Amino acid sequence: MTEPLLKIDNLHISFSTRRGVVEAVRGVTLSVQEGEMLGLVGESGSGKSVTGFATTRLLDAAGRVTAGKILFRGQDVTKLSGDDIRHLRGAAMSMIFQNPRSALNPIRAIGTQIADAILTHKRISKNEAYAEALELLRAVQIRDPERRMAAYPHELSGGMCQRVMIAIAISCNPVLLIADEPTTGLDVTTQKVVMDLLAAIAAARGMATILITHDLGLATRYCRRIVVMEQGRLVEEAAPKRLFNAPQHAYTKRLVAASPTASSRIDDLVTEEERGPYVEACRKPKPPPAPGTPPLLVVHRLVKRFDQGAAAVADFSMTIAAGESVGLVGESGSGKSTTSRMICRLIDPSEGDIVFDGQAIGHVPARDFHRSPFRKDIHMVFQDPNESLNPRFTAFDCIAHPLMRLGNLRGGDALRQRVEECAQRVGLPADLLPRFPHQLSGGQKARVGIARAIACRPRLLVLDEPTAALDVSVQAVVLQLLDRLRREDDIALLFVSHDLNVVRMLCERTIVLRNGAIVEQGESRALFDNPKTDYTRELVEAIPHIEIETRLATAAL
Amino acid sequence: MSSLPALFGVLVFTFLLMRVLPGDPAVFFASGPNAGKEEVELIRKQLGLNKSIPEQLTLYLYDVGRGNLGRSMMTGQLVTKDLRERLPASLELTFTALLIALVSAVPLGVIAALKPGSIIDHSVRLFCALGVCVPTFVSGLLLIYVFYYLLGLAPDPTGRIDVFTSMPPSRTGFLMIDFLIAGDIDGWWAAFKQLILPALSMALFVIAPLARITRASMLVSLGSDFVRTARSVGLSWRHVVVTYALRNAILPVITIAGIVFSTMLGANVLVEKVFSWPGVASYALDALLSSDYAPVQGFVLLMASLFVLVNLAVDVCYGIADPRVTIE
Amino acid sequence: MTAALRHSMWILRGNPLTGIAATGVLLLVLVAIFGPWIVPYDPIASNVPEALLPPSAAHIAGTDQLGRDVFSRLIVATRLDLAIAVSAVSMSFVLGAIIGSFCGYAGGRLDRTVGRFVDVMMAFPLFVLAMAMVAALGNRVENIVIATAVINLPFYIRFARAEVNVRRNLGWVEAARACGESHISVVLRFLLPNILPAMAVQISLNLGWAILNAAGLSFIGLGVKPPTPEWGIMVAEGARFISTGKWWLVAFPGLALMLAVLCFNLLGDGMRDILDPRMRT
Repeated sequence: MTEPLLKIDNLHISFSTRRGVVEAVRGVTLSVQEGEMLGLVGESGSGKSVTGFATTRLLDAAGRVTAGKILFRGQDVTKLSGDDIRHLRGAAMSMIFQNPRSALNPIRAIGTQIADAILTHKRISKNEAYAEALELLRAVQIRDPERRMAAYPHELSGGMCQRVMIAIAISCNPVLLIADEPTTGLDVTTQKVVMDLLAAIAAARGMATILITHDLGLATRYCRRIVVMEQGRLVEEAAPKRLFNAPQHAYTKRLVAASPTASSRIDDLVTEEERGPYVEACRKPKPPPAPGTPPLLVVHRLVKRFDQGAAAVADFSMTIAAGESVGLVGESGSGKSTTSRMICRLIDPSEGDIVFDGQAIGHVPARDFHRSPFRKDIHMVFQDPNESLNPRFTAFDCIAHPLMRLGNLRGGDALRQRVEECAQRVGLPADLLPRFPHQLSGGQKARVGIARAIACRPRLLVLDEPTAALDVSVQAVVLQLLDRLRREDDIALLFVSHDLNVVRMLCERTIVLRNGAIVEQGESRALFDNPKTDYTRELVEAIPHIEIETRLATAAL
Repeated sequence: MSSLPALFGVLVFTFLLMRVLPGDPAVFFASGPNAGKEEVELIRKQLGLNKSIPEQLTLYLYDVGRGNLGRSMMTGQLVTKDLRERLPASLELTFTALLIALVSAVPLGVIAALKPGSIIDHSVRLFCALGVCVPTFVSGLLLIYVFYYLLGLAPDPTGRIDVFTSMPPSRTGFLMIDFLIAGDIDGWWAAFKQLILPALSMALFVIAPLARITRASMLVSLGSDFVRTARSVGLSWRHVVVTYALRNAILPVITIAGIVFSTMLGANVLVEKVFSWPGVASYALDALLSSDYAPVQGFVLLMASLFVLVNLAVDVCYGIADPRVTIE
Repeated sequence: MTAALRHSMWILRGNPLTGIAATGVLLLVLVAIFGPWIVPYDPIASNVPEALLPPSAAHIAGTDQLGRDVFSRLIVATRLDLAIAVSAVSMSFVLGAIIGSFCGYAGGRLDRTVGRFVDVMMAFPLFVLAMAMVAALGNRVENIVIATAVINLPFYIRFARAEVNVRRNLGWVEAARACGESHISVVLRFLLPNILPAMAVQISLNLGWAILNAAGLSFIGLGVKPPTPEWGIMVAEGARFISTGKWWLVAFPGLALMLAVLCFNLLGDGMRDILDPRMRT
């Protein structure tokens, strides 16, 4: 075997922070061959990005390599002088970043930014550099490249910005490309296009690529070899197939289980001990509603316009039966959040009716809805658990708030009892209740948010991307919890998400939304297996799945 | 252009403040505290004070529209004439101070941001912290004490020019320029020595906010994703710092510079008083203390117009520097 | 509570300057309260034979043109200067925080109009505005307070507006509404308490500015009248003697002003660091 292009040997990196020195990477050893695409997978805090930044010596000032070597073509990068590393960057190794929009200089035309990179490493004239930049824009498939040369980043979409970023990164034909979460934050369909492009370019130019991602599915789709990191350590390294069929390390096993696939069910995502005691009781199938029972919620021809602009939501109708779970799927700007807030009566619709339990509630202005008897029947779980808890409230206060406002509990033992009961139902240890949000982990905050939402036993729970900000292993536990609570309390769920895998598992019915209008709706399984519209098909195909046969093989083991 | 309504607002505001609220100027301009009722009434009529408030306002707006700001009781001249004579002195002082402030503050801020935590950084921060605490009138007086009384380097701190130098033929009204045009180097030097202390004391007060914002926005810029991108493709240090970081960091500085200029227009009042500078602010102040309100109104109106112009200039600069902004 | 105290102590150890500034502010307040009882000389009664003496053991800051002890006058002046600044700032804080947070929460056209108005007002030469107001309202101390409050108001409106604006769409604010709170109670009971720490920084920085403004106004002869001891007036009176080298008449009131402003500014900066270390400037 030839000498690898990049060899990282027993790398240690620590950061000095306000709370002392934190070890972010503790002894990582890995290698990358020429032309190979390596997946570096891990959840937040695993040290995967830090490893990438150390390779190009772009660590923050607070970070320092404390031990180990990074050999790039035999040279130790950590020992190079500032000038030497600058000659390597761009010319031999370059990076692609998360958040393409902020990664580009906002006040410099994109053509000039590409030319800047070219002129740094090649002794050519300005005009030649601009000609090369134009070629690169063509190579990354930007439409109308001549005109785009003079465009500024704010005039381009996120996906386009990422293509420009790729163009800058490959401008001097580096041999190693480090892509740090290159598609996080982009829409599903854009994600696939950008990743396909990146893979094609890397293959065509024979560039080795390190794909740093939290998404195991994405890594399996594009990489031949995957390295899994956890808390600064490398826990497993294998080909995708072996990783899925026979994960060795306990963490990898959990990660593989938690990553949803095209056929996994909610219960598959978590291991036995995480599932908790309630599971068996709620496994029993729900009896079908008696014929003629009126639906819990009827939404009729809802329209929302902001400031006389185009309608954010146009002509949206749906029903939810008691205890039913419905998924609302769409990309950013599809109007799904607006719809969910109208149904939750936090904002007023411009037109249309909302009928809850046989009573029209759409005409009650949102500013007066807090007095409605239905306020306690409709509750919501919000997107980012970090932002959904009042920083000045303890976990106890958060859960107690709806009980005091809507449940007529004024304090004392009754309140304490109810709060503790709610906490127990969401699996939140009672000793965490006096803590403030910043003292809780992401998963714990999500649990507090859910406990608050179910405290008054609502009949309809609207969930706005409740797991989007969570690591996949935490997401699995939260999804399982939500499914269990729904069965126990017979709560109807409206689950808003961009993640089709999650919706498919959790929801009986799915509605696909695009530009404020319904594209397709139907029973989840049928809709995902056999999409009727092109848009839904595109969405479904863009999901980075782990192939079904690998999954079946796992089941057989 | 959003500041034009403000100009009108200021107009009405000053009018109302001056006429509706207590303090009868007619009594003040009467021959003395014992002046008879008839005499006061007569002055009242002369000043148009016997008409209704809306009528007075309409008349006032009409006059302002024709460029007539009334007559100053103190100097007996038209206010417009007084202001036109004195404005160059104030502007020369303010622009010089702004120039001194910008030329020293921006490099200081950049150097401090390039080496955060270093001795340079700490000294810049200390200087900034102290700079905003010393009022202009105190620093002006202390400068006089040191450079005039102790060292004898500066001339007598009164006026734009000492008594032995003759004024150059007025072209721009800015002595620094007029002396150059006239080719009178000695005169230029004399005027410069008069100008430097007041300009310095005004600049000292605003260097701090400018340096602070430069440092802060430079730090943000240097830590931004796009600077990391620039470094990741190996751009040279100079290129990264100047073209990528500084050009972005200068945007907030432009906005603050506009506000700083505005602050200096206000601080003019203090500095002109300390240095007996024959500018518009000291003129307005003298008028104010003798309840001669036509000059005060004229002054506030002039400040408002200047402020509209400054805002316009800031918007234009910003529009040139930042492609995300479109000028309407 | 003890945890919060421990946290503050830990912060102060890492940033002793903030501790010094806080002590300074405390000292200022004590001097303002007890000043008249601790001064060595009568701050008003003149004693012409001892006029214009340089600093000595008997008069550590010298005497002025009427033979009054400058140090005693400085001490007694603290109360008036602080009182003007504190009352002006509290007026503009209360009004500004309420107007600003309701506008920021409501959004829409009203918010944009208020925002535009405030921006324009902030860019105006505010000292000139204050001057005109004092002149028009009447040359009295109360009007200095009002003028200072008015020119401070836009800062608070803008600040509260911006702080509320970034929070109003956060999950916990919407959650409060889903828990049955009305708009008004969301603003008053949820948003306002959350922006208070950030506002405290603003208040501290602003107090320094208000002191300078008030002193500036009395320096040019507005508001406070002699013989009342006040830092701005003392500088103005001393200005007449600076060309003849009587530096102490200007330097000591100037120093008092500077120290007071410095303490408030450092305290504000320190609090900002505590709240958000990234904002350190």
